Amino acid sequence: MPAEEHYEIVKNAVVEALRLAVTRVPSDVEAALKAARDREESDLARNVLDTILQNIKIGKQQSRPICQDTGLIGYYILLGRNFPLNFDLRRCLIEATREATQRIPLRPNAVHPFTNRNSGDNTGEHIPHIYLRLVDGDTLSILVVPKGGGSENMTRFAMLTPAKGIRGIKEFVLETIARAAGKPCPPNIVGVGVGGTADEAMLLAKTAVLLPVGYRNPDPQIAEIEEELLSLANQLGIGPGGLGGSTTLLDLHIKFAHRHPASLPVAVSYQCWAARQHGVIISSGYHVEYREHILL
Amino acid sequence: MTEYHFTTPIREEDVRKLRIGDRVFVTGTVVTARDQAHRRALQLLAEGKPLPVDLQGGVIYHCGPVVRRMDDRWEVVAAGPTTSARMESLEYDFIAKTGVRIVVGKGGMGAKTAEAAQKFGAVYCEFIGGVGVLAANAIKEVERVEWLDLGIPEALWVLRVERFGPLIVCIDSTGRNYHQELAESINKRFQEIIQKL
Repeated sequence: MPAEEHYEIVKNAVVEALRLAVTRVPSDVEAALKAARDREESDLARNVLDTILQNIKIGKQQSRPICQDTGLIGYYILLGRNFPLNFDLRRCLIEATREATQRIPLRPNAVHPFTNRNSGDNTGEHIPHIYLRLVDGDTLSILVVPKGGGSENMTRFAMLTPAKGIRGIKEFVLETIARAAGKPCPPNIVGVGVGGTADEAMLLAKTAVLLPVGYRNPDPQIAEIEEELLSLANQLGIGPGGLGGSTTLLDLHIKFAHRHPASLPVAVSYQCWAARQHGVIISSGYHVEYREHILL
Repeated sequence: MTEYHFTTPIREEDVRKLRIGDRVFVTGTVVTARDQAHRRALQLLAEGKPLPVDLQGGVIYHCGPVVRRMDDRWEVVAAGPTTSARMESLEYDFIAKTGVRIVVGKGGMGAKTAEAAQKFGAVYCEFIGGVGVLAANAIKEVERVEWLDLGIPEALWVLRVERFGPLIVCIDSTGRNYHQELAESINKRFQEIIQKL
């Protein structure tokens, strides 16, 4: 197959993944919202969850974006070292973004930070974001993440002194959740990145937030901290829609990197209940498969 | 928690019946307005110029919709609420000068808006964040769009709606502010949890 055909296959697959991402939530998120609806005790909290579940149903049925903020577009890529890449992938992703903006449609969300001019097609300086990780294997995996502004605005980062230790990490995470309260459209998923450099900690938090609901860190000590923070966060009383209740978070995931002896970076990233993402996996023969999650 | 169905224009005595936690559905006209639209409206009113749409007894919606141009008309694809806190510094004057009765958004508003609600007879309602397609389904027609030069999300979209909601009353005209009350209890619980860590 010539390179132009490969380019078209990947571009069309990315447009389709964007459509799937903005018109539905992953099935694990929907199941968790349903379970929360049955668990909540107040009429108001149940009502809020019913409204959210009804919205998800309509989005899927009518193939329309579930939320009007279709986000700033990001692509997380795992490139297998034996994948036969023979075209300009960057240009392909930019063109897919423009096409999806027109066709689905998406809200044009790329704004010049100094002139405030909206580019009108969701592309611009460094936008869409493209994160590339080089891996083994012969496939190209692309996780499409349209990230809403309301949840992204609640992101926090701190360089703690290492003496603060695990308690300091827990305090910072819970303080972030209490401060954010209803603003990031709860029930939320929270991702926590600990260690590494500032950029690494943030990338860990931003990829942790994309893990499936119910996924636990393979390290039992960290899994225990995830469960403790999840339970404590749900005792804050923020609740669905931020209107009170026991479901503030659907889940909380932690990822870590080894740290410098002098540094303890902690990043907290937020996802709204409209936890939009969709994966696409391209085989070495350019067959396309769609997945709700790609573990990063 | 009582359910109310209103048709615009809404009378002051009707909004004064509403209490925290009540659910409201609106039929009639809803106008979107984000921060830039608020600023332009207040500037025009300060210069003694009229607004392109009469908001007396009206409903404004903190929302930047996804829209699609269909031949000679616009279609709203998704239209959930945006964060209302960005309009807090402008809402008191906006309510005072336009006579708007229901302000719809998400995430709550502050003390100045609650003061305006009490003084002029208005409420602030939460439309659950993210429910964009549910809201769009209640929008039957784009009557017109003003100030499109501000960009699609920031323009003034004049929408004909049927059973637009559920809108949950979070600031009523008695001076109560549900988000404020909740924030105090969240902060108290946070302090208790931190002590026990």
